[in-house]
Amino acid sequence: MTTAARSSPLTIAVVYPDLLGTYGDGGNGLVLARRASWRGIDTDLIQASSGRPLPTADLYCIGGGEDGPQVRAAAALREDGTLVGAADRGAVVFGVCAGFQLLGGSFPDSEDRSHQGLGLLDVRTRKGTGTRAVGELVATVASDGPRSPDGGSLPRLTGFENHGGVTSVGAGARVLSHVVEGVGNGAGDGGEGAWSGRVVGTYLHGPVLARNTALADLLLGWALSGPGGRESLEPLDDTEELALRAERLAVVHESGRRDVVRRLLRRRG
Amino acid sequence: MTVTAVANPRTLSARASVATWVVRFVNQLSRLLGRGSGTVAGGRAGLAVDPTLLAALVGGRAVALVTGTNGKTTATRLMVAALSGAEGPAVATNDTGSNMPAGHVAALVESPRATAAVLEVDESYLGRLIEESRPRVVILLNLSRDQLDRIAEVRMLVDRWRSALGRLAGDAGPGEHATVVVANADDPMVVWAAVAAPQVLWVGAGQVWHDDAVGCPACGGRIEFGPGGEWACDRCEFARPERDAWLEGAELVMADRSRHVLSLGLPGQFNRANAAMVALAATVMPGAGPPGGSAAPLPLSAVLARLPLVEEVAGRFSSTSWKGQPVRLLLAKNPAGWTAIFDLLDEGAPSGAPVVLSVNARIADGLDPSWLWDVPFERLAGRPVVATGDRRLDLAVRLRYAEVSHTVVAGPLAALDRAVAMRTSITAGTAAAPDLGAAAPDPIEFLGNYTAFAELGRQL
Ligand SMILES: [Zn+2]
Repeated sequence: MTTAARSSPLTIAVVYPDLLGTYGDGGNGLVLARRASWRGIDTDLIQASSGRPLPTADLYCIGGGEDGPQVRAAAALREDGTLVGAADRGAVVFGVCAGFQLLGGSFPDSEDRSHQGLGLLDVRTRKGTGTRAVGELVATVASDGPRSPDGGSLPRLTGFENHGGVTSVGAGARVLSHVVEGVGNGAGDGGEGAWSGRVVGTYLHGPVLARNTALADLLLGWALSGPGGRESLEPLDDTEELALRAERLAVVHESGRRDVVRRLLRRRG
Repeated sequence: MTVTAVANPRTLSARASVATWVVRFVNQLSRLLGRGSGTVAGGRAGLAVDPTLLAALVGGRAVALVTGTNGKTTATRLMVAALSGAEGPAVATNDTGSNMPAGHVAALVESPRATAAVLEVDESYLGRLIEESRPRVVILLNLSRDQLDRIAEVRMLVDRWRSALGRLAGDAGPGEHATVVVANADDPMVVWAAVAAPQVLWVGAGQVWHDDAVGCPACGGRIEFGPGGEWACDRCEFARPERDAWLEGAELVMADRSRHVLSLGLPGQFNRANAAMVALAATVMPGAGPPGGSAAPLPLSAVLARLPLVEEVAGRFSSTSWKGQPVRLLLAKNPAGWTAIFDLLDEGAPSGAPVVLSVNARIADGLDPSWLWDVPFERLAGRPVVATGDRRLDLAVRLRYAEVSHTVVAGPLAALDRAVAMRTSITAGTAAAPDLGAAAPDPIEFLGNYTAFAELGRQL
């Protein structure tokens, strides 16, 4: 364990909570900040509102939001330039739902007009043709997904998805996880989310880092170590998070089993 | 004087009469079968027989519609109280919480002789209700995020309100009446919808939750809020309108600077906000008289005198006791509602009494409890907290990150038991205090979201 002393506090910025704070994803920033400070790491959590310059940070969390604010946020972030510059210098960027979509090349608004994203992840989002994906989601982290500092793979991801977009992952990024229950990216390959370097995107709310503390600690470790490095963190007592995880995974498992029975019955009938 | 009322079923069309009979029959049947109050089933069946039944049942009655994200059940109840009494009209109302057209139909069938109706309306049905009930008054309380997994997002909803209100006729023709919108001037989302209406009474009722109104709906600019609740867009002309009345603490101040004390039987600033808007709306409704008539509206003083009669609303804000300890029952469904309840907890002298939080995520609550992370639970720090409800584990994790110490207990009654035990041990610990027991102890607070609150009510 190498919790090296840092000369300056770890800075975590929640990006534009006034625009992208609709689905409780601001909780991701809080989870990261608390998990750092509980380990004795001096931490600043910044709620970086729109309409002013984005501060420099070690780790950026971008949440979900409605279509209009998403378009405004993407345009403002492109104009501001801080986020792309920080990512180029090794800052960690974590986007959820609308925040995931706007990290990519393009995404649609409610009228299906395409808008340019930040280009930090090689993904493109188009409007889905079916019904909105709404419900609990479980996914196993891809074998070429991000690995924990000891080289092991991350445990399954659990969260709540609520989106109408379909996201395809290009050659410059990799799928984050494979859907076990739920829809995910919806592009037909069973993928959920995407990642590349220190940029990670997912459709999962919950907030996802409260339900998946291993992912939270992975992001924290990246942010605490220099570019390319990984830092392992001392473990915390995650009894309550683990209880929540177990309950959510069990609920999805149960409803999945009911679906199988229903499908079998339907086939017979 | 010509009475143009058609509220009497005898003047309904044959189809509407059959539909009305169906509503009664189904509701009585479902009551006999013990399936609750049965208002939705009967209303649905009636609307299936005659889809225009709502408009037919309204007939010449004077209708008030109440909508908003939070407070609509309370405001509806206050409005009924404000209008009732000797000089007021007889009132039909949907007081069972069924706030969609089936519930409205059932309420109107229940009270055929009422010459006025006060209807609580689900936010997404406002347009339809305006069209079919041609209301005298529409109360727009507030608009913020609620039930993320299924309800239209805030901005979609506000645009629908806006176009529905924009279709209201400006001048009443002969035999017609104008619709007056009573709108919360402190809520930019409400204002964006209400400015489309031809006649608006603007009430500065306050707003605890700004997070859904930061982006200007007119231009995409940024809305800046001042300390006195005033607000304006930094890019365009969109700003708080000139108010016809506003709240200053517990006083309602009119534009002519006359002041009226709002004394209520309900606690909290958010209920004063509900009452302020209701008070203005009630003075627009006709008083006692034949349906369709133009009996003089009640004066403000008469309306205000009746508001304290409401002391609870379907169990909300009510006091009960559990194992000999007083318990106050509070309902909050979304971040704005929880924030308002925390304001209420902070209003009196500081209390160290335990707080029981109960959260479900059933269909009526919304299936995704991520909103818990938008609720400032940090404000409970220092108080003993018990977490319960279907989603007590989500609540526990949220409280952990809020650094609020808590206990997790399955089942609301067991949670109350735990709170009673905590309070007894607190009291035992401070028993040396000289005048302890002289005053009534602070109540244990039970805060539940929609189905969690209803569940406790059933179990008590
Ligand atoms: Zn503007």
